[in-house]
Parts: sequence; C-alpha cells; structure tokens
Amino acid sequence: MKKPRLAWGLSALFFALLLALPAFADDAPAAAAAAAAAVPAGPPKIDTGDTAWMLTSTALVLLMTIPGLALFYAGMVRKKNLLATMMQSFAICCIVTLVWVVAGYSIAFTNGNAYMGDFSRVMLNGIGAGISKGTDIAFTLGAGTDAAAVQTVPESVYMMFQMTFAIITPALIAGAFADRMKFSALCIFITLWSLLVYSPIAHWVWAPTGWASQMGVLDFAGGTVVHINAGVAGLVCALVLGKRVGFNTDNMAPFNLSYAVIGASLLWVGWFGFNAGSAVGANGRAGMAMTVTQIATAAAAMGWMFAEWITKGKPSVLGIISGAVAGLVAITPASGYVLPGGSIVIGLAAGVICFWSATWLKHALGYDDSLDAFGVHGIGGIVGALLTGLLSYGPLSATDATPDGSPGGFDQLKLQAIGVASTIVYSGVMTLILLMVTKALVGLRVTEEEEREGLDIVLHGEQIY
Amino acid sequence: MKLIMAIIKPFKLDDVREALTPLGVQGLTVSEVKGFGRQKGQTEIYRGAEYQVSFLPKIKLEVVVADGLVDQVIEAIATTANTGKIGDGKIFVMDIERAVRIRTGELDSEAL
Repeated sequence: MKKPRLAWGLSALFFALLLALPAFADDAPAAAAAAAAAVPAGPPKIDTGDTAWMLTSTALVLLMTIPGLALFYAGMVRKKNLLATMMQSFAICCIVTLVWVVAGYSIAFTNGNAYMGDFSRVMLNGIGAGISKGTDIAFTLGAGTDAAAVQTVPESVYMMFQMTFAIITPALIAGAFADRMKFSALCIFITLWSLLVYSPIAHWVWAPTGWASQMGVLDFAGGTVVHINAGVAGLVCALVLGKRVGFNTDNMAPFNLSYAVIGASLLWVGWFGFNAGSAVGANGRAGMAMTVTQIATAAAAMGWMFAEWITKGKPSVLGIISGAVAGLVAITPASGYVLPGGSIVIGLAAGVICFWSATWLKHALGYDDSLDAFGVHGIGGIVGALLTGLLSYGPLSATDATPDGSPGGFDQLKLQAIGVASTIVYSGVMTLILLMVTKALVGLRVTEEEEREGLDIVLHGEQIY
Repeated sequence: MKLIMAIIKPFKLDDVREALTPLGVQGLTVSEVKGFGRQKGQTEIYRGAEYQVSFLPKIKLEVVVADGLVDQVIEAIATTANTGKIGDGKIFVMDIERAVRIRTGELDSEAL
C-alpha cells in the first residue's frame, strides 16, 4: 500500500512544483498527498467524501423509522390503534437516542472484552477529542488493539450512524406486540432491551474486539444484530403477551393500507443509507451494496407476489410490499459481500420463505405476531445471514485483517450459523427476562376493555380524527 | 309529499342524479352507509388471515318529492341503479307530513 501512495504523492508534488502553484489551496488532493508524503506519521485524516456520504446515510436510516416504519406499521393496524402505533416508533426513536448517548454507544463500540464494550464513552465522553479548530481527526475503531480499524470519518458521525440502527431495531419489535402493550411497559422494556440486548450483540458482531467479529462471522449491515435480534425478540413478546382480544374471530383488517405502502416505500429508500452506508465510506463496496439491495428487494417482492398469486388467487398490495421488506431484510447482512447474481437468489428465497412464514407458519403455530416482526424480520434475517455464508464473494469481503476476503462456502456457512444461533439464544432469553422484569414493575398489557376500546383513546387520549 | 329512500351501489350515484334532475327534482341528500342484504359480504385476505366482511359499502339517497312525481322518481332510480347483479339495493317510500325551507319560511310543496 505504501509504495504507490508515496510514488503518487511524489509525482503530485513534482506536478505541483512544475506548475509553480504549490500555494493554491483548491489543488487539495495534490497538496494533501504532498503533505502525507512529507509527514508520513500524522494522525489519520477524515475523508470529506466519506464523511458527506455517512452524514447522508445517517439521515436516510433515521427516515426508515420516522416516518417509514411508523407508517408501515400504523397502516396495518385497526383505526383505533393507529396513533398509538405511530407513537411507538416515534417514542422509541427518542428513548433510544438518549439511551445510546448515556451508555449504549459505549457498550457497543468501545474495546472492553469479547462480549461487551467498556464504559469509556459513557455520556459520549471524549467524543470531541479529535476536533481542533473545526477540523477533525478520523477515529480508530478498536484503537490500541490488534484488530484496530482506522476510519475516515469523525467519531461523531460514526456514533450517529450507529445510533439510527439502535433506534430502528427495537422499533421493529413493536410489530409483534401491536394493539395491546401498555405504553409505560414499552418505555421500560425498550430502555432495558436497547442497553442489555442490542448494544452487546452489536459489540459481538461489529466491534473489532467482539467475539463474532474476531471469529469471522459476516454481517455487513445488521442481519443478526438488527433483524434476527428484533425478530426473535418480537416472537418472544408475542408469546409472552398472548394473542390480541378477538384474534381469529374479530375482523382485524388493516385500516389504511395506503399508509403501509408509503411506509414500505420509505423503508426501501432509507435502506440505501442502511446498507450502502454500512461501507462507512463512499466507495466501491458502498456502490455494490446499493446495487444488490435494489436487486434483492425487487426479486423478493416478485417472489412473494407470485407465491401469493399462485396459492391465494390474487397478487395483493400488502403482499408485494411485505415481500419488498423481506428482501431488504435478507440482503442486509449480505449487501457488502455478494454480487448481483447472489442477490437475486437471496431476494427470491426471502420473498417465498417469508410469504410462507407470515401466511402459513404463523397460523399453523397459532401465535399472534400481529404485524409479522418475526415472520419477516426474524425469518428474513436468518435466510439472509445463512445465504451470505454461501454466496459471499472473496474480493468484495476483503478487509485489512482478511486480505483474501471470506469467500462463500461450507466453512463460512458454519460461522454464519454460529452467529445466527447465538443471536437467537441471547436475544430470546434476555427478552424473556426483561419482559418479566417489566411485568413485575408495571404490567405488560392493557385490560381487555381498554384493548377493545383502542389504544389511541385509552393510552394517549387522542383519535386520528 | 313522499320521502323516497334508496340504497344503491356507490358507483351508480352519478347516473341516478343525472336521471333525476330532468324530472324536476330540486335537491337530494346522500350518505355513505354500510349494510348487508342477500349479497351477504365478501372475503378479504391479509397475509393469510381471512376476514369475512359482512357489511358492504352502499350509498343511501334521500329525496322528498310531491305526490305526482313519486312514480317517475322510483322508475328512474330503479332503471339507472340496476345492474342485474345481486346487491343493487332497495327503494323505500314514506309519507312526509310537513316541510319548511329554513331561509324563507316557505312550507310544504313550496319548500321542496
């Protein structure tokens, strides 16, 4: 790496001297390269292009939760619970922001040990250390360890980008307990869950010191950390809270599916920040992540649509948008690692398998995962995480630590299965414990009478109109 | 004076209105309603969950006319709202005792 950079720097310097324009600041690359050549051991600089893309990605991922997921979920519930469902996404956005600042980020992304970070970034302590006179030093993830990964963006941007992931993950769980959880219970449960489930799993997989990361489990943008984690937590919530009053007897048809279409579309758009942003740079991997995200989403939407058309007789609107979300979920862990051909396989598999889990498996097993948090995110995440192990393309998955990358195959599939199984077990057990704690503190469900009246008026004292 | 109340299919409303105005009907009231008759309901499927929707959307149309106009109005509605398929709706006729136009205070047939 060093040789060509030095040569490029020297030739740039020569070029600059030749033109006798060394003092012109707008010749920034040449000047920077010349400076790098002259002073080789300076602190890592931020890359403005990378930073600009990460700022944009952060905003895109926040758009996924508010209003994307808020609309997607609110469109699928009954009229009497529409505001309460939007409130869940919005309130979780606010709660997790503060939890992340207080301790969540520190637990997830500082060195600590293999299972969780330390408390050196509590209250974001030291996050301004790299700022001097308005310019930033890029920060190093896992600084001081063997696995240190030098970034090209300031830590504030990395922290914010990761915060938007921490926000959407618990918001996804809300789909499983829609229409019946107390708002006070939600506030307590989500706070604990974010700190004790999300942050540790994010540490395992994404911090360079995490055990899954060291072992070589591939999860580009959150198949295990976000989707399997939220999906399994959702399943446990659905089982512990029990079915909605009138499940299988009352009409629980969505009140306004057009909201759900708008929400799913915003999720799709925002997901480019989620997946392409997970390259943590504006580069070829980001471009490939965006490419396969689009392809897999379209393939999954078509997979679900045709599966439904063939078995149920009509291609439904709820079906095509559900398929698209399943595809987005499944390509998430694979997005920086697979090529377009692989993304079509992942998309089609996710569309058909999630169609089966949401329309058949759920009814066969009889649990009430109201909006299919497990059926779409849990199952879709598992499909994506495992197929990543088979379809990963070596050169695309190469990093400084693994220059040959992690080509797909049976060995990688085994690692992926370990990542999936660990997430399922930890998320499932911890979610159960935290639900029990919450139940002991404030109770989990509204009363049957309140549930019949609807959460909007009972919990929030408002109605949509 | 008679009140003619008709329950019709929603998409037939404009046709009925166009058929009534040439007869001299000066105004009518329309409501969006739900109900069931012999048509029963329809089945909706959301991610594999099937719901029998037993109340279907209909339009309720209310018009008060002088006695001499009743047969023509019934005939016009019955013809234009007819599709020949189940669920076309029904027409009911009731006596009206009094009518008042609020702005002018005109009464009965003057008020229609």
